[in-house]
Amino acid sequence: MSTRKYFGNWGGSYIPEALHETFRQLDIAYQQIRNDPAFWDEYTALMSTYSGRPTPLTHAENLSNHFGGAQIYIKREDLNHTGAHKANNVMGQGLLVKRMGKTRVIAETGAGQHGIATATMAAKFGLECTVYMGEEDVLRQRPNVFWMEKMGTTVVPVMDGSKTLKDAINEAFRDWVTNMDNTHYVFGTACGPAPYPEMVSWLQSIIGQEAAEQIVSQHGKLPARVYACVGGGSNSLGIFQRFLEEEQTELVGVEAGGHGLDSSQHAARLCGNDASAGIAQGYKTMFLQNDDGQMLDTHSVSAGLDYIGVSPILADLWEKKAVRFEAATDQEVIEALDLTMRKEGIIPALESAHALVQAFKEAPELSKDEAIIINMSGRGDKDIFTIAHAYDDPSWKEFIIDRAAQYRK
Amino acid sequence: MKLEELIRQRKTDKDILLMTHIVLGYPSFETNREVIREMVENGVDCIEMQIPFSEPMADGPVILKANQDSLARGTTIENCLNFGAEMCSTHDISFLYMTYYNIVYKYGEQRFLDQAVKAGIQGLILPDLPPEEGADLCKKAKQKGIAPIMIYSPTSTNERMEELADYGAGFVYCTARKGVTGSHSKLDSDFKSYLERCRRATSLPLAVGFGIQNRNDIEVLIGAADMGVVGSQTIKLVDQHGSEAVGPFIKELFGNT
Repeated sequence: MSTRKYFGNWGGSYIPEALHETFRQLDIAYQQIRNDPAFWDEYTALMSTYSGRPTPLTHAENLSNHFGGAQIYIKREDLNHTGAHKANNVMGQGLLVKRMGKTRVIAETGAGQHGIATATMAAKFGLECTVYMGEEDVLRQRPNVFWMEKMGTTVVPVMDGSKTLKDAINEAFRDWVTNMDNTHYVFGTACGPAPYPEMVSWLQSIIGQEAAEQIVSQHGKLPARVYACVGGGSNSLGIFQRFLEEEQTELVGVEAGGHGLDSSQHAARLCGNDASAGIAQGYKTMFLQNDDGQMLDTHSVSAGLDYIGVSPILADLWEKKAVRFEAATDQEVIEALDLTMRKEGIIPALESAHALVQAFKEAPELSKDEAIIINMSGRGDKDIFTIAHAYDDPSWKEFIIDRAAQYRK
Repeated sequence: MKLEELIRQRKTDKDILLMTHIVLGYPSFETNREVIREMVENGVDCIEMQIPFSEPMADGPVILKANQDSLARGTTIENCLNFGAEMCSTHDISFLYMTYYNIVYKYGEQRFLDQAVKAGIQGLILPDLPPEEGADLCKKAKQKGIAPIMIYSPTSTNERMEELADYGAGFVYCTARKGVTGSHSKLDSDFKSYLERCRRATSLPLAVGFGIQNRNDIEVLIGAADMGVVGSQTIKLVDQHGSEAVGPFIKELFGNT
């Protein structure tokens, strides 16, 4: 099979000429792994011994009883090594890098989870690694920066533009266009120029394959709905793809509603009214941009959903109405997080909590013999500073003040 | 007259031509106006006017910052197109627009080309629009007498260069090295053989840019290329010494000190 470059009206490969040959070679290497059944076996074996695959599907009985509707199941991508679904894509691309014989990897990161995953992969495979991270995200996700550096990765704070994910992507491309001979760009989500959207979605499809088997064995039938948060789109496509052809399963993507869809402070590309078709960062999709085509600042409490574009594959599924898109506000996210911790003892990432919000709104309208799956893309430990701040937690503040005082001595 | 003919005509009494680059609205349109006047008075042959974009992926730190500062000052596409038209009617040299494809896409390809033709713009450089994605735009531009400028890179294979040449017009923009705009390029024997590959691949004039900063660099290009392109260096010069420093710098590049 050959790589799909366009998904309906979306996608493509808008790259500078200097990268033309690099992408041609990447595409050949990708097609080789895609058409080689031994690759998938090697990949799943690696994920079972190095990461926590297959990740569990947890029946959230207390939450199910609390809402009194559908049985709520949570796909535990947080139990991957490094605490998020990002490891799936990264380890797969790591195996690809080994086949291509490159010695250095670069990556962009928003929340830091993709950066951490890439840092672990680079350490394990003996590769040099540089991660670009917007300065604002460096501040929001300091613990992840600490771990990346400890694993030998160089973290470069990006001070340009809005100092978030999009600017980190631009900077990673600038590095790549200089160092393509020995360097592979481990793109973190199902966006960017072909073959990335398709390749990343394929590596993430392991989530949905496992979840479909697990729900049938635990619940006896496929779910009525599947929920996933949508930043770039890799965790949602990871779980959605398996269910696209299943008529009884509705797919729901949840975007960052920030301070509300009317506030101009959100990152809702598909369910709001502020996005329009455009071309940036190497591909065509719905972007949050102004009438001149300049990208807008976005806002979300979660660094991982705070992005101007969205996977061209999701833009196509949105246009074809194969996936329904909703938004969750920052406030709703904190409430859902709180409830999930109290009822289930599970700490979701702020990103993943967006999916929980919508699932909690809709669970009561379904009957008790129906199941819904929420893809919990990552764990919340990394967000401790943000979440503790949102709770305005007095004992945490005291701890930080004391610790800072000790360091000052 | 078409860009390619104009370049060939100018080349008859010069050993090398010079194209310069400005970012529209940076540091201001008033300064752009003065800088362009200095450039034209000192013999610059072509000027590429960059319409700023918030995500200039192919640009290095100097031009990236200029893009952001210009947008932060409120520069709009209408401002840029009006200024472009004013420059074309004021100065008798070739003006090109350089920008990223989203700007053209959002404005509307047809509408953008119509405005450019009306203004007298002679060429269009879109570094993130490979002809695979922009074949239609290249064709429409050519029909209207605007040259779609193709870009060669040292990473381009010979086959790729020949393929690109078919889509282009005016001249081919050869990047002196891999990477983004700004840092100095080593113009060594590899570079010479790269330029020879470029020359074999197309009959269009060759312009060489990326890291061309001084008279020495320009001298290396004489005989091997038709035009040198100086971008980030003049922006830095204006930042540090103001627009009046541009004239002497251009003179020096031409070897007229």
